[in-house]
Amino acid sequence: MNQLINSILVLLVLTGFMLLSSSRLAACIRAIAIQGVLLGILAIVIQVGQLSVAGVLLPLSSAIVKGFVLPWLLFRAMREADTVREVEPVISYNLSIIAGTAALGVSLWLGHRLTLSNQPPSSLLVPAAFFTSLVGMIVIASRQKALTQVLGYLALENGVYAFGAAVALRLPILVELGILLDVFVGVFVMGIAIFHISREFDHIDTDKLRARTARL
Amino acid sequence: MSSGSLLPLILAVVLAPLMQAVITRTKSVLAGRIGQPLLQPYRDLWKLLRKGAVYSQTTTWIFQMGPTVGLASVILAMGLVPFGGSPALSGFTGDFVLIAYLMAAGRFFTVVAALDTGSSFEGMGASREVTFSALAEPALFLGLAALVRQTGHLSLSPVLASVSTVTWRHAAPILSLTLAGLIIVFLAENARIPVDDPTTHLELTMIHEVMVLDHSGPDFALIQYGAALKMWLFAAIIIGVAAPWHFGNRWIDLGAALGGMLVLGIATGVIESSMARLRLLRVPQLLLVAIVLSALALAL
Repeated sequence: MNQLINSILVLLVLTGFMLLSSSRLAACIRAIAIQGVLLGILAIVIQVGQLSVAGVLLPLSSAIVKGFVLPWLLFRAMREADTVREVEPVISYNLSIIAGTAALGVSLWLGHRLTLSNQPPSSLLVPAAFFTSLVGMIVIASRQKALTQVLGYLALENGVYAFGAAVALRLPILVELGILLDVFVGVFVMGIAIFHISREFDHIDTDKLRARTARL
Repeated sequence: MSSGSLLPLILAVVLAPLMQAVITRTKSVLAGRIGQPLLQPYRDLWKLLRKGAVYSQTTTWIFQMGPTVGLASVILAMGLVPFGGSPALSGFTGDFVLIAYLMAAGRFFTVVAALDTGSSFEGMGASREVTFSALAEPALFLGLAALVRQTGHLSLSPVLASVSTVTWRHAAPILSLTLAGLIIVFLAENARIPVDDPTTHLELTMIHEVMVLDHSGPDFALIQYGAALKMWLFAAIIIGVAAPWHFGNRWIDLGAALGGMLVLGIATGVIESSMARLRLLRVPQLLLVAIVLSALALAL
């Protein structure tokens, strides 16, 4: 059982690196989709032994929303904004991978230092959660396309979700549904916003948008 | 020093060119051709050995020494690598460091020989080879360190001997990460496709091949043979991790390992047929991924 949890967490970390190292938006969206499905499986696997209907349905619905509905919305936004790849990130891909490795080191260190009231099922869970959030922050800070920044935000949320799975075995249903709805609406709104921005300004490059507002 | 067996060394010396033939044959079959006979690399070596060598007047003794030192260092390193349950000829604490640096010594002399010709193309190849090997080295060491940490031994023979199906059962994530890192190093160090194309003859895109353009006859045979042995060495380490069956009978173990080598050869052929060579600028990224995989395996 512990092996399965560890394997899922290793895959989670690897999708984080996939998000950091890929210049193609499609690959990044797929990385986020895989993360969503992995987290759904993780939340179910952790509860084995004390499964309830809600305990299965909630992760399942979250996996469906994050693994299939959101990627579909993002792919649509990508098609409509007519962007295939992130052109020039502020931090190069090689540097991003190195930054990711540093983030992994920091997360492992933090994970070992942090004392939690209830022991997480795997010693890797807290570091993996921190790492996923840090990857999200790196992506938000270092990429220029609005779409990639949305992906960073989703990775950040995935990290928080994984941390939730680590500390609180079961969140209240309402809270969890609320978070899922927030994320869904967030991505939906951002998708529309990206479409309108790209139709208005011919691109979704946030750096150029800043230059434009400065001139106005 | 522990008592060792000559068997891994003999097998490597005899069968190394055959592995390259398996890769070439796989590529041919996948491309719809019949392909050259499996013994072709041996015939090529024999042909080259009977020819005379041509030396440019601008070269010195360094150029003539390169291939010999290159082959000698790989054979020395080969003596430390176990195969299929048989321990290596020799082994001591930390011998994998010596293996890595024997290979580095061989590479250094190949590079120096390439620079000795004064050809700008060979200098370019040398520069690329050194850049990429500098990135492959941490990946190799971190991967081996992960294995060392997992098994608790400090010498390659006991490390690979103690990787078993039981180890796989309780440390599958670590071993698979290490394996992925080592396979990328294997492809990079042996100038195989996502990093370098062994069949290309366009100087601008080559890495390893361009360095040895000026060698001819017996010298070139030594280089080709050394490359085959180097590939066998990396493959032997990979198979030691990937096919960890210990049946108790050494001949069955050997057979299993040889089968593993065959599968790895075919897999390399499939990778080469299905992937395009990466742009030179993207190669460091691939090697960084290998470093990350190995580092992750070590950190777990």
